[in-house]
Amino acid sequence: MPDLHKDAPASPTGPGRAETGPPPEAIRAVPVRHYGRWAGAVVVLVLLGLLVWAFVNADIHWDVVGDQLTYHTIVEGAGKTLWISVLSMLLGVVLGLVLAVMRLSRNPVLTSVSWAYIWFFRGTPVLVQLFLWYYLSFVFDTVNLGFYKDEMNDVMTPFLAALLGLGLNEAAYMAEIARAGILSVDPGQTEAAHALGMSGAKTMRRIVLPQAMRVIIPPTGNEFVNMLKTSSLAYAIQFEELFRAGETISSRNLAVMEMLMVVSVWYLALTTLFSIAQFYLERRFARGSHRQLPPTPLQRLRSHLGSFRTPSRVGKVTI
Amino acid sequence: MSAEPMVRAERVHKSFGAVEVLRGIDLEVRSGEVACVIGPSGSGKSTFLRCINHLEKISAGRLYVDGELVGYRQRGNRLYEMREREVAAQRRDIGMVFQRFNLFPHMTAAENVMEAPVQVKGLRKAAARERAAELLARVGLQGRMDAYPAQLSGGQQQRVAIARALAMDPKLMLFDEPTSALDPELVGEVLDVMRRLAEEGMTMIVVTHEMGFAREVGDSLVFMDEGVVVESGRPRDVLTDPRHDRTRTFLSKVL
Repeated sequence: MPDLHKDAPASPTGPGRAETGPPPEAIRAVPVRHYGRWAGAVVVLVLLGLLVWAFVNADIHWDVVGDQLTYHTIVEGAGKTLWISVLSMLLGVVLGLVLAVMRLSRNPVLTSVSWAYIWFFRGTPVLVQLFLWYYLSFVFDTVNLGFYKDEMNDVMTPFLAALLGLGLNEAAYMAEIARAGILSVDPGQTEAAHALGMSGAKTMRRIVLPQAMRVIIPPTGNEFVNMLKTSSLAYAIQFEELFRAGETISSRNLAVMEMLMVVSVWYLALTTLFSIAQFYLERRFARGSHRQLPPTPLQRLRSHLGSFRTPSRVGKVTI
Repeated sequence: MSAEPMVRAERVHKSFGAVEVLRGIDLEVRSGEVACVIGPSGSGKSTFLRCINHLEKISAGRLYVDGELVGYRQRGNRLYEMREREVAAQRRDIGMVFQRFNLFPHMTAAENVMEAPVQVKGLRKAAARERAAELLARVGLQGRMDAYPAQLSGGQQQRVAIARALAMDPKLMLFDEPTSALDPELVGEVLDVMRRLAEEGMTMIVVTHEMGFAREVGDSLVFMDEGVVVESGRPRDVLTDPRHDRTRTFLSKVL
């Protein structure tokens, strides 16, 4: 195959005219003093100190907090919170994507159904929706799917009611997030894919969605953090998640505030863990959008350690 | 040479709502010909180009590529719209290069070139990568296989885009102002690649403002204004001795 590209002759690049003589003296000026900053820091620190002082002297049994933190009921509750959040989120993301594509389709029936779904599930409180699922047996006493038939009371466990309540509600929000993501992709991308002979479905899957992900993931992470906390509402329909576990124990040991603190520590741990995971996920989908990806905290740490000895490299930048 | 031209447009009309952008285009491009289309902005030249691979549907007239009606099937006197799959199949043989490159930013240069052969033709990845290496070398980018578009200059991106279109072995290449988004010093490298392609006998339709390229490489020059072909002919003739006032006025502004 012949070479289509002829190398242009290298342009003559001579060294620029260099400065002669000694370099000018470096500037050493007296910096501006920021007294306001000092005052602000002092005020905030004093207030913070008072707050800590108040808690230290409050009637809190910190030993109970420590003991209960790893109590098996609490750990199991945290596990269930994580489990129901992940499952509901999965349901929400998948159904949300479907709803977003329906909403953007040219079929008026699909568009309106998607619109109505979002209208209903975004317009009513999650708590109400949870109870609607939980009490479904009041209006339908049997489930009959043709191939499967059973008593509604046996089918609609707290777990299933929580999953449906949280997941279907989430789908409405995810649909809007996914729609915004899909619309954010340059129409030129679709045109280029079509011009290459790719079908609509393939263009969506291979070209549009991967690029939409960059816009979709940050708010989705936010939704998941919300989901971890919103799942506590499922305590009202007898689902044994983290908050309910704390409530059950405090009704026995009467350490109400202590148990709430235990529960809070667990929620904070879960949301923190997830935020770290989100960082790496976003980094992965940022491929191609930056000339160079930002280093991960680990890489940054390694480069700092390395800089004490020899110059180390992160990506293509020598640090 | 076959008697059937590669592209044949017969009284092609195209309206966007009430605005008629193309008002009866008649044009033939023979196989192996390089046709350059010039004209003021808004004259419909880009729209016409996009009609050729059915990115836009024409509203009236007939448009044939290699003897086949674009986007429709004719049975008797009736026209049937093609299914998405059939339209996609037609587009496979027509390469297109865009003003704004439209490379896939989440894929490397090699992946951009491999995408269609793998996804559309079902070529094996290893084979597609080998071919991508060949094509990228052909456009002078042998060392940049694994660079993402954001890491390439405009001229390099456009050359990847040309390689991407060539990967489908098209019988016709459409260029929609391929150098208009480039810094002046990068225009030459893209035009060089296009010139080589023309020398190899590729059939090309090039919407461009590069009069030098049109004069040296083009076999024919088409001047469009307000949705019609005002005049066409050998580039040298049109550029040096235009027959119409409108052509003369346009050329006096750009030359």
